[in-house]
Amino acid sequence: MQHIQLGNIDYAILIIYFVFVLSIGWILKRYMKGSTDFFLSGRSIPAWVTGLAFISANLGAQEVIGMAADGAKYGIMTSHFYWVGAIPAMVFLAIFMMPFYYGSKARSVPEYLKLRFDEKTRGLNAISFAVMTVFSSGVSMYALARLLEVLLHWNYNFSIAISAIIVLVYIFLGGLTSAIYNEVLQFFMIVLGFSPLVILAMKDVGGWHALVQKLSVVATDQHFAPGTWTESWKHMGSYAQNPMGADWFSMVAGLGFVLSFGYWCTDFLVVQRAMAADSMSSARRTPLIAAIPKMLFPALVILPGMIAIALHYSSGKTFLPIGADGTPDYNMTIPVMLAKYLPTGLLGVGFTALMASFMSGMAGNVTAFNTVWTYDIYQSYIAPTKSDKHYLWMGRWATVFGILISIGCAYLARQFNSIMDMLQLVFSFVNAPLFATFLLGMFWRRATGHGAFWGLLGGTAGAAVFHGMSMTHGQPVGIKGGWLAQMLGSHALTYNSEMGQTLWIAIVAWTSCFVLTILISLVTERNKTDEQLKGLVYSLTPKPETAHEPWYKRPVTVGIIVLACTVLLNIIFW
Amino acid sequence: MNFDLRLPIGIMFSLFGAILTIFGLATNGGQIYKDHSLGININLGWGIVLLVFGLFMLTLALRGGKKKPGPPPPKP
Repeated sequence: MQHIQLGNIDYAILIIYFVFVLSIGWILKRYMKGSTDFFLSGRSIPAWVTGLAFISANLGAQEVIGMAADGAKYGIMTSHFYWVGAIPAMVFLAIFMMPFYYGSKARSVPEYLKLRFDEKTRGLNAISFAVMTVFSSGVSMYALARLLEVLLHWNYNFSIAISAIIVLVYIFLGGLTSAIYNEVLQFFMIVLGFSPLVILAMKDVGGWHALVQKLSVVATDQHFAPGTWTESWKHMGSYAQNPMGADWFSMVAGLGFVLSFGYWCTDFLVVQRAMAADSMSSARRTPLIAAIPKMLFPALVILPGMIAIALHYSSGKTFLPIGADGTPDYNMTIPVMLAKYLPTGLLGVGFTALMASFMSGMAGNVTAFNTVWTYDIYQSYIAPTKSDKHYLWMGRWATVFGILISIGCAYLARQFNSIMDMLQLVFSFVNAPLFATFLLGMFWRRATGHGAFWGLLGGTAGAAVFHGMSMTHGQPVGIKGGWLAQMLGSHALTYNSEMGQTLWIAIVAWTSCFVLTILISLVTERNKTDEQLKGLVYSLTPKPETAHEPWYKRPVTVGIIVLACTVLLNIIFW
Repeated sequence: MNFDLRLPIGIMFSLFGAILTIFGLATNGGQIYKDHSLGININLGWGIVLLVFGLFMLTLALRGGKKKPGPPPPKP
């Protein structure tokens, strides 16, 4: 296995970084006067900070390591996660949805659901979200400790303890503001720590043209057309033409629409960053400011994977370590490249950036958890009439027990990996239909509480049933699908790749929720009057006035520019 | 919030930049660069980049701090 040797200077950089992280928490402590300061940063953060935190909260280590792995596995097609997935959803959030989130003064995404629909819809969303966040934070912790164990031979318990304590201390002290500030710090660490890596690797491979040449060998070796790794759309006519096993329709509908809009527009983890902004204008600009670096991130996270696989083939398959099943261990792409290209000194910066991204992944989940727990569960169902001081106190302690449960999950993940896969699968069923509920809630005043609640459950059930009736070629029946077909004794729908199957599960979940919500809403009474829905539904809400703002502060103008640039990128790398 | 985030960012990256620049000067032409970074003294080169970025953020923070509420800073 790959081993990284850190020198004294690398450890010095690592320690300096964490001293800064903890000091930020400590300085912010005196600003935490009430629950709004702790959970929503007192709605006082400027747009450039919330914007960078917005993107950084998503730039956890799973993203960095996973995107590089996908870059090696699928090539430039991985950029669809950015140029088809993230960017359009972020622009939509800024222009259409943020006015409701920010304008309604809801303190969380589940609270919006309560205002718009009813208590049970909020409860369903709040509880599933709370469980999901502590679990994800545990998985981040597990992945970090596991990586440190492999790379540096650090003790697993020690890694868990140190990462948990650092995250706990800075959130306990400074709440969401602390998390946001550290996310911005981490953003610059990742950008400035990984850029030299990409520059050196690009130089090593011999520039873009040499890379295209080398990747055509990779593609033909796996029986695909030569340009498959370097052309993002040309090989999407059918699922059999590309290693992702997805065609253009499932890509655009499944990833571009259902999954991306579902994540970027409804996940409180990212939306919370925008809600902390100092004004409506800043809140709406948050996702747009985030979209600009996001657009360029493929160069930072996907390109290293593409270079790695090219060098792997041209070096006689020795560049990447080989896993147990005989294929390259793609998840080691980033660690291998850090060890290869960064000399001691800069290695400290690159490695710290990687560690920081694991921790901000944890911190993002923990801050989302303590807010939803305190406002949507504790204040709503357990202790509704306490003082604001009490809820601030609760938020601090929710941070502590949230992290304790995460630690439990990190150990569970180490012992029983299959339980984790199972839970992740269930969460994906719960998440997939969400965007249908929000879309109908925000744009159709006739949508009712019963419609939303049963639509969500129906969408989740739809996802589970479709999963049971479909499977990926060459995979055993069970966690990868096919279980229902086996029970019924019928044939399962077979996909070439897990990606193809996942995208279709999402499409089915979304459609079931969308149709069910409409049907049930039509046969049930409206539970909210037009007056109550003011500020919550598009047609009943006055549009935010932006004509007096300079052009670069108008969401629609900036949104159009961002979309135009994204289209251009798609065309350049067509 | 009275606490300008550009200040810690500026201090931290100036510090990292200074460390790498000095270390790069001290190890110029060393074996570590032949082993890793294609013979380029990347510690020196990138150290200067980090130093410039850090000082730029510091300048913004110090200038912004003088005016009262402070205008929204430009996007970095």
